[in-house]
Amino acid sequence: MNQILIAEGVTKRFDPSISFGDRIAASLGATIERRAVQAVSDVSLSVTAGETLGLVGESGCGKSTLGRMLAGILPPTSGRVLVSGIAPMLGRHKVTTRIQTVFQDPFASLNPRLRIGDSIAEGPLTHGLTTRAKLPEMVADWLTRVGLDPAFASRYPHQFSGGQRQRVAIARALAMQPEVLVCDEPVASLDVSIQAQILNLFLDLRRDLGLTCVFISHDLSVVRHVSDRVAIMYLGRIVESGLAATVYAAPRHPYTQGLLGSVPKLRLEADGEADFRPIAGEVPSPLSPPSGCAFHPRCPRATEICRTERPALTAREDGGLVACHHA
Amino acid sequence: MTALLEVRDLQTHFFTRAGVLKAVEGVSFGLDRGEILGLVGESGSGKSVTGFSLIGLVDPPGRIVGGSVRFEGRELVGLEASEMRKLRGKCIAMVFQDPAATLNPVLTIGEQMALAVRAHDDVSEAAARERATTLLKRVGIPEAASRLDAYPHEFSGGMRQRVAIATALLHSPSLIIADEPTTALDVSIQAQILTEMRALARETGTALIWISHDLATVSSLADRVMVMYAGRIVESGPVATTLRAPRHPYTRGLLDSLPATAKPGEKLNQIPGTTPSLLSLPPGCPFAPRCPRADAMCATDPPTIEIEGRVLRCHHPLDSAA
Repeated sequence: MNQILIAEGVTKRFDPSISFGDRIAASLGATIERRAVQAVSDVSLSVTAGETLGLVGESGCGKSTLGRMLAGILPPTSGRVLVSGIAPMLGRHKVTTRIQTVFQDPFASLNPRLRIGDSIAEGPLTHGLTTRAKLPEMVADWLTRVGLDPAFASRYPHQFSGGQRQRVAIARALAMQPEVLVCDEPVASLDVSIQAQILNLFLDLRRDLGLTCVFISHDLSVVRHVSDRVAIMYLGRIVESGLAATVYAAPRHPYTQGLLGSVPKLRLEADGEADFRPIAGEVPSPLSPPSGCAFHPRCPRATEICRTERPALTAREDGGLVACHHA
Repeated sequence: MTALLEVRDLQTHFFTRAGVLKAVEGVSFGLDRGEILGLVGESGSGKSVTGFSLIGLVDPPGRIVGGSVRFEGRELVGLEASEMRKLRGKCIAMVFQDPAATLNPVLTIGEQMALAVRAHDDVSEAAARERATTLLKRVGIPEAASRLDAYPHEFSGGMRQRVAIATALLHSPSLIIADEPTTALDVSIQAQILTEMRALARETGTALIWISHDLATVSSLADRVMVMYAGRIVESGPVATTLRAPRHPYTRGLLDSLPATAKPGEKLNQIPGTTPSLLSLPPGCPFAPRCPRADAMCATDPPTIEIEGRVLRCHHPLDSAA
């Protein structure tokens, strides 16, 4: 199996910066509390060529931070990421074009003062993937592939709707001819009918270009639709991963079970009330994660060992991985 | 018994520099006591403006230009501001999408809930706080009495939304209008709020208008659903039958757009094009340019068809077979 994207023990800790005032206070003898947030803790994963891995979790679980480290935008505190065998970052700088990202908010990710044709052309030109003479043709080609009129190249981002802007963002990422595409909530801000159009475009391009993808979303049904494998995150760690079909049909980790049970299903029969099985409580603050298994305060199956010992992510007979003492 | 709410041909327009924006154009519906109505549509469909229009919360340049809203037999359109204020919060309450924006950040939860109580009832501060505590407990806030002295920023998003719901319930209103109340919340918190809202509505007999873009949420909560497109109701009916066998092509298209209804990895049956600008709507049916069944007839206003408890506006409705 050709593993094109590998993460080994990746951890990201954000330390609060010390302000000048804090430093003075400290020199005068005050104790300054510095609470670091461990956004991602010891995550290992791999994605094989042509595969799509879905990263799922609620807000604050670290899925976007992990995505940024995989994409070579954010350096890990420890551990390493390899894209086709090489590290995507050297120090604080990204040194590869093999992995590209599509972000949630195309309003923020496109330069408002740049014509979208120039936005698409900028990267490939800088990295010598094309020549100035061939640029207009390349831009027109990409606009057509994402379903936009090539004449739009001279327009500015504000002249587009949200769905069209996301198409531009996809074209810009793919014009770099990446092997791996990281999509961070690419359809979260779009209306249902537009979301369907973008998902269809994504499926088409992925097939035509043979892309390897990491698809990050909080929307379980969207992830199910596009992913071959999924990894469920909770408070910075992967709690369960495996084939999408298996995990959705028979979730093992109590958190995965709770999450899937919480999603409102489209009900087409008028047979009594819909059945929700909400998870009790709320996601704890990453500033002070619970001891042992981070999910134990909300878990219906928690016992003494869950409070003291963190369960390791272990392989099960069908190839899935689960981090739970009782599953 | 008369219906709790009777809306007839409601029209809310926004008079902007670019032209007249017909955000709500001829909306009619009724609501019974204790009924849960899901109001569904995409952004710009007019679902929120419809909700705001019911309780006179449309700001200039917007204005209700026509139609009638009868609540418990009383006409609300054209009601004086002072009369409306007596009704708002007392008989009709509202819950908004973003509780961070609706709660006052410089008042404690107890202070603002007591204000809401005393706005309509002449009771002591202590009695008001007691009522607030009871309702906070009811919506599942632990240690409610001590949390009264906390500020909104000390609560999580889900807890803040619970406070907003508790505030809406203070006067046991006969109608609550909830505008995307769980959209900003995580799924596990959303499930908690949905379960509680449903139980509260059933227990207290409060009618609920649940405005949402999420068909799945509405299908598991509402008794009846209304689908809006470009300021009009295109289809309404009992929630299960309407979503199982939609008769308007737009409702069908919305359902087919959901990944949950398709086989994983297969292409979704998407609706082509985008929602039209409300400033330049096509003549006749506004969905016609995106509709697979559209023909020349669709350039004229579609008829309103009432059949088997369903209401739809379409020249070429889909078969009811399902």
